[in-house]
Amino acid sequence: MRTLSEIDMTSKRACKAMGFPWGIAEEVGKNMRILEMFGLPGIRNLNQYFKNYKNQHFQIISLIAKSNISPKIPYCPIILGTNFLDQILILEELNEIKFNNVAYPLILLPFVSRASEIIGKRIHLKMDKNNFLLCFNNFIYSNNSIYNIIDNCKNVDIKFIENQDSFTENEWNELYQLSENTFLEETDSLKQTAAGAGLSDND
Amino acid sequence: MSPSKANAYIDSTLGYFAPRMVNALGLPGNTVGIQNNIIDVNVYMYPNPAINNITITTDKNILSKVGYLYRTTAVYGSGKFGLADRFRIKNRKEIYGPFRLEMMLVYLIRQFTFDQVNHIAKCNNPRKSVELDKDICRNLGIGNSTGLGMAPFIINHPTLLNNWILARETALKKIREIKEVKISDSKNFFKCLKKSIKNITSWHTDSEFQQKKIKELLNNLNKFILFLEKEFNFDQDYPFNAIYLWSENNLCDESIEYIVSMMMEPYDDIITPLINQMSSEEEKYFNIPTSKTVNDLKNILENKYTNILKIDFSKKKNNQNFWFISKNKLEPRVANRYIEDGSNLEEPLAIARDIKKLYERLSNQKNILLIGKFLIENNDLRHIVRRAFLIEKFPYSEIQDNTIGSNLMPIDMLRLKLSFFGALKFDPKSDKWLRICMFQGAPLPTELKNIDDQWIYNSLN
Repeated sequence: MRTLSEIDMTSKRACKAMGFPWGIAEEVGKNMRILEMFGLPGIRNLNQYFKNYKNQHFQIISLIAKSNISPKIPYCPIILGTNFLDQILILEELNEIKFNNVAYPLILLPFVSRASEIIGKRIHLKMDKNNFLLCFNNFIYSNNSIYNIIDNCKNVDIKFIENQDSFTENEWNELYQLSENTFLEETDSLKQTAAGAGLSDND
Repeated sequence: MSPSKANAYIDSTLGYFAPRMVNALGLPGNTVGIQNNIIDVNVYMYPNPAINNITITTDKNILSKVGYLYRTTAVYGSGKFGLADRFRIKNRKEIYGPFRLEMMLVYLIRQFTFDQVNHIAKCNNPRKSVELDKDICRNLGIGNSTGLGMAPFIINHPTLLNNWILARETALKKIREIKEVKISDSKNFFKCLKKSIKNITSWHTDSEFQQKKIKELLNNLNKFILFLEKEFNFDQDYPFNAIYLWSENNLCDESIEYIVSMMMEPYDDIITPLINQMSSEEEKYFNIPTSKTVNDLKNILENKYTNILKIDFSKKKNNQNFWFISKNKLEPRVANRYIEDGSNLEEPLAIARDIKKLYERLSNQKNILLIGKFLIENNDLRHIVRRAFLIEKFPYSEIQDNTIGSNLMPIDMLRLKLSFFGALKFDPKSDKWLRICMFQGAPLPTELKNIDDQWIYNSLN
């Protein structure tokens, strides 16, 4: 079994060999590490992408908008991902971002996962029929098991999920009341001595 | 086996075999590596002629001078050649310090060399063979040949480098702050210093440059010992601070480093807690803070790379070398870009040059521009932008020098790393590789319960 260090290093060098700058190759190395760590077929998809890279045109995107369409030439997932990561603090304000026609979208996924960690919000990533919930680059939940190469995705939707409680106030209060059973009711004696400042203690 | 790995093996095999074949057949041409060396040592072989077995003996001093039976090549870290990724084992507290596991393996290989000698002897003559004497074993370490691989390591792991140097700086600061030094500690310091001098006399090299440095070091240390004996008084306040200041004014850089190492010897209580701070969670610092501005980045470069920004890279001498990975050996190499082809495959190790390039590029941008936007058009410098933001948090993460200049001395980078491993017997073979010895004098595995902390000075030869 290959170690994650080997996966990182080899992916980085392969990416540089394809003509990407070292800095972007470093991003791809880290991303392959993430995909393989989560059991997603990063190496298979990257390898296939690079096989096609020299013979096929891929669309470069610089500034990312709310809706990004490239009807004929699919977006390069590496450049798209890098710019998505670099612009994430601005993009977050758009709430939802759409890309049409993205090549090898699984390569894009770890960029979005890392973005979730940077902004401290979960991100819902939809790639055609595949749904992913990306939680701060710590967890990735998916509705499908993916073992194969996905060479293209017609629609990629990215939604930033606002941090909010998943429970009602009532549910919280019920649980809190239970937790109170671990506290000790202070007697007059304890009030005077246990905190160290007597009855004048208001801090 | 991959084709490149197979090629590496073939290359090594042919490199050894072919010149010897040429010589054996009496063909004209290269005979590198097979001339007889006349060694002025007492080695005895008997009987002569022999029918089945021969006995080879030498005296203990010769063994001690060489220092080891076997020499390893690379000692690879976690995540390579079947070793687990560090993250799988990093929470085991016995290996919190960096390279502890790897150094334990080196220690065990040392033991293997003794076991193998005993095994071969026993197989050759089960009745008459004797095991290697324990004193002889203890006085032998394990050799290591170290090449350029270590130089990129310290460039590619900036936060780790920072933590190592920071530990050294922290220890030095605390020792200089000791107001009253106990007599036992000052005696310990002086004893270690005097004993350690033997170490320097065991460094042999053909390199004139290194010979000069070694000679200067030795002279400086003798001068320092004289100073301690004739002029210095440990009864004064902050004596180690006084020693450090005197060293700065009177000795060469290498001697100062040497004395600092010796100053640490009496203070296990200061050093040991620092070991756990020497690791680094490198992944944590990987993301570029793209919400910062061009102005922020320019300030970092101006404050942290002041000397580097003064280097003129339009001069050939400052741009002479390039680092690459050999396809034959899968190891880093360095070459002259004006003589050799291949600089198009240069590794991103020319930090000073790229920092300068980044600074020039930033100078043409608006100060308020966000780094995220700057990168859209400047991703060729992305690797160096990431790096510059690191040094803001990790002041010792960078080699403040030009790693591609004509006066590059890669062996100094190697020795920096080796010094943290406790390497002995530096034997520089050129400016690019050296031989060392480790664990000479160290207790054997059966003796680990009662060890002398300063075993390293007891067996140097």
